[in-house]
Amino acid sequence: MDVNKNSNTFAFAAIMVIIVAALLSTAAIELKPFQDRNVELEKKQNILSSVGITIDRDGAENIYDTYIKSELVINVDGEEVEGSAFDVDLGVEMKKDAKSQLLPLFISNVEGVTRYIIPLRGKGLWGPIWGFISLEEDLNSVFGAVFDHSSETPGLGAEINRASFEDPFSGKSIFEGDEFTSIKVIKGGAEEDDMHGVDGISGGTITSDGVSDMLDERLRMYLSYFSTLKPATEVDSVFNKLVSIASVNNSIIN
Amino acid sequence: MSKSNLLSKRTKQLLSDPLDDNNPITVQVLGICSALAITVQLKPAIVMALSVLVVLSVANVIISLMRKIIPSRIRIIVQLVVVATLVILVDQVLRAFVYDVSKELSVFVGLIITNCIIMGRLEAFGMANGPWDSFMDGLGNSFGYAWILIAVAFFRELLGSGTLFGYPVLESLGIYELGYENNGMMILPPMALITVGVIIWIQRVKNIKLVESK
Repeated sequence: MDVNKNSNTFAFAAIMVIIVAALLSTAAIELKPFQDRNVELEKKQNILSSVGITIDRDGAENIYDTYIKSELVINVDGEEVEGSAFDVDLGVEMKKDAKSQLLPLFISNVEGVTRYIIPLRGKGLWGPIWGFISLEEDLNSVFGAVFDHSSETPGLGAEINRASFEDPFSGKSIFEGDEFTSIKVIKGGAEEDDMHGVDGISGGTITSDGVSDMLDERLRMYLSYFSTLKPATEVDSVFNKLVSIASVNNSIIN
Repeated sequence: MSKSNLLSKRTKQLLSDPLDDNNPITVQVLGICSALAITVQLKPAIVMALSVLVVLSVANVIISLMRKIIPSRIRIIVQLVVVATLVILVDQVLRAFVYDVSKELSVFVGLIITNCIIMGRLEAFGMANGPWDSFMDGLGNSFGYAWILIAVAFFRELLGSGTLFGYPVLESLGIYELGYENNGMMILPPMALITVGVIIWIQRVKNIKLVESK
């Protein structure tokens, strides 16, 4: 038999394509439930991690409901809307215009302290990057942040999911007075007293800029909602200001 | 092939040649792209080396088994399909059962398909030799690829970030107190090329027969 005959070539190609297609689609369908489960558990793990609870993926399932007290879906005008926050896919939402986007918000209660967790999603160098940032009750100070990516360069942009990049976010603030400033990732390193900047990653500038843009873009969507919450927390903030004035006074006196 | 031949002189040579005399990276200068891209740190380099080992040896065997019925006009396409299928299967299985490893691999999975070493071995060896020899050839070349990758990653991570496997080696040895600073150049791709170049240089000093006559 001459394997190089045209008819043989076509037959070989056709059979190969059918076998490969069957093999791959079977694998994809059979493995999908396992893969989806991993993604869901990882999301829970990341949400918990943004409020300082470190746990492995399997454990995340069990304690998720203990710490995450409510899940809201809001819109850009700050109104609550129907929906399940956990199932909102930001990748889909961000293709809509700002007015019709669904914005998920998670509220945690860890040892009596309430924190607001905002899911993030943006563009890195090679693909999407995402994460969660948690704000203290004053809706200004950052408690923690976690980031992840699908395909940033290992050792460079991919470092955004390391503690060395994430940890400096805690304690920063997203407002300067009443003005929204977001948090910038600064190439060459942020000044030590910069409340709105963290160090960038050498060799990962485009990914770092992606993180800045993502924070600015996503947090901005929640500003109306924050302002509806603010009156409730105003008393606290006035009180906090008094404390800080007192400490300034003390330092002047001393 | 009889059992006594399983590790004959020839098969031993299939394993050992790619380590030095016929190294895929330093002598054939194949697979340079991945050697530059993923040698910033040791761990991904090792994961990449292992993945290439699995894909190359299995693909070489599959191509070798089919070599008599592959029409020569579409043989490259067939090789590519075999490699791509294997890579996607491995990726899917990893994602379902060892999610952490699959995250570590992320972009490399795609890089494996385009690794010239794999296509090169399938075309040059798998298409012309029996399955056992092809398997050995696959292993040998993967080892040849792996040791260069790991050597380059070792120096880049150590000198560029001061760590090995993420552990701060230089700091615990007190090298910084002697005035050393992490070399930022080492984590950028050009220094990978220079590191590979230095390895080639040293190799040719020790192995004179690799040096082309003028």
